[in-house]
Amino acid sequence: MLVAVLVLLFAQALCAQSGAPAPSPSTDVTARLARLEQQAAEAKSSADNAWMLTSAALVLMMTGPGLALFYSGLVRKKNVLGTMMQSFALMAVITVLWGLFSYSLSFGSGNSFIGGFHNLFLRGVGAAPDADYAATIPAQTFMVYQLMFAIITPGLIAGAFAERMKFSAMLVFMVLWSIIVYDPMAHMVWGKGGLLNASLGGYFPTLDFAGGTVVHVTSGVSALVCALYLGKRVGYPKEAMPPHSVVLSFIGACLLWVGWFGFNAGSALAAGSLATSAFVATHFAAATAALGWAAAEWIRNGKPSVLGGISGAVAGLVAITPAAGFVKPMSALLIGLIAGVFCYYMVAKVKARFGYDDSLDAFGVHGAGGTLGALLTGIFAVSAVNPIFKDAQGNTLKSGLFEGNAHQFLNQLVGVAIAWTLAIVGTLLILKLVDVTIGLRVSEEEEVQGLDLSQHGEEGYYWEASA
Amino acid sequence: MTKIEAVIQNSKLEAVKSALQEIGVEGMTVLEVRGHGRQKGHTEVYRGREYSVDLIPKTKLELVLPDAMVEKAEQAILNAARTGKIGDGKIFRSRIDEAIRIRNDERGEGAL
Repeated sequence: MLVAVLVLLFAQALCAQSGAPAPSPSTDVTARLARLEQQAAEAKSSADNAWMLTSAALVLMMTGPGLALFYSGLVRKKNVLGTMMQSFALMAVITVLWGLFSYSLSFGSGNSFIGGFHNLFLRGVGAAPDADYAATIPAQTFMVYQLMFAIITPGLIAGAFAERMKFSAMLVFMVLWSIIVYDPMAHMVWGKGGLLNASLGGYFPTLDFAGGTVVHVTSGVSALVCALYLGKRVGYPKEAMPPHSVVLSFIGACLLWVGWFGFNAGSALAAGSLATSAFVATHFAAATAALGWAAAEWIRNGKPSVLGGISGAVAGLVAITPAAGFVKPMSALLIGLIAGVFCYYMVAKVKARFGYDDSLDAFGVHGAGGTLGALLTGIFAVSAVNPIFKDAQGNTLKSGLFEGNAHQFLNQLVGVAIAWTLAIVGTLLILKLVDVTIGLRVSEEEEVQGLDLSQHGEEGYYWEASA
Repeated sequence: MTKIEAVIQNSKLEAVKSALQEIGVEGMTVLEVRGHGRQKGHTEVYRGREYSVDLIPKTKLELVLPDAMVEKAEQAILNAARTGKIGDGKIFRSRIDEAIRIRNDERGEGAL
């Protein structure tokens, strides 16, 4: 009964949208054909829109609870809520910025480096598609999908300054970072007329399917800058600071893995075969990366750890992000494996050698894995998966190095170099500004007490409440 | 009256509990504790960083018994909790001056 009502309502809504009266027998063939074409287009649009809205929800799930759990399990008990709050606050704050002006700065028409103010307050972002980005879904769907990327990206940085940054300072930092680093980078790679845009005539066409440079290189490199600028946690590295709950991190990592299908397969911006291809590549890379990291640990420490397995999976997901819509499944297996071993090395060896306190390894996983993935994309991309480059006559050109387009590797290098530069300069600037105005770190006393109590006045595990 | 405090392996709690019940021990308090004796801890590795853990989780039982039962109870714990390996734990015995049942103010061994 309910289904019948739903079907009726749906049919009514469709008619209302197309505004078509019942067909009369006298209608000529051309008109009927036109109507048929319109209906076919509407059906495709509905299918694409359903997938894109689902993907948007999946990507939000990556931040909360995915990243929030992943990170908060890795900190000490006294900082569990403070760490969750860093992710959660972004879900609210970045959303407001995005609606007011950040979407316009990222995806509005502008110059090579940043978008303009045409879409301020989401003006002109409605039901009609923006054909430059995604011709079959409402521009509003595209907007809200991209918003979820803008939320998680700064959230990743929080791993570097975990357990010691003031909440107020974090808020100001994240707002400024989103405007000064994320919006320009998103515009350069994905925006109309962006310097690095591969499909809309960029000067250095960089292949970045779902945000290897835009999301992971920018956040990961900024994380390193934060770790160096803020300095170590009180007691690091003398005091033991093991994760307080690998269980929370495990749940978070698995949610990230699932959410990543929205992140990468959703970046096809349609529900077609390219989404499938990206979905498969994503999954395969996560699998071999988990194996790679765990195997490296097994060989070095004699035991494969759960934390190693899930860290590896995340590293593989990071590395496949720029490549997901350009590579074949076997290449994805390889990219994942390389990323798993490489990121293990960065986290376990390189960090220890240089002694910086990238507390939750935001740089080791996202900065290193993102850079690696962006470069490997230039090597493994093939036009059979995604014919993104075309000549003036519309013939498909070769994509990556192995296919015979060595030049693309250089473009990837340029893209990575710009992301690194923007992240370093932008983050340093913002840190300095926040440091001299309101200060970055909590006092030593507050740090020892923990962020939960000192910043939020609550505790994650309140033992007196057991009765 | 005598108090027996026994620190044992977590995995031996069920065996010790039923051994004590078998000889007629009617009450006990069980605590989850951490500590170490001569036993060295172990190391854990998180993302390549090694942490040595020397406070090992253990289970502690507290029993207050009439003096006549003490030997039997200690023997029951020894039999049930022993694996013969390092880390089996310890038993401590001490005198208790008074026991009071809160419900009805009953005193001495009758309150146990």
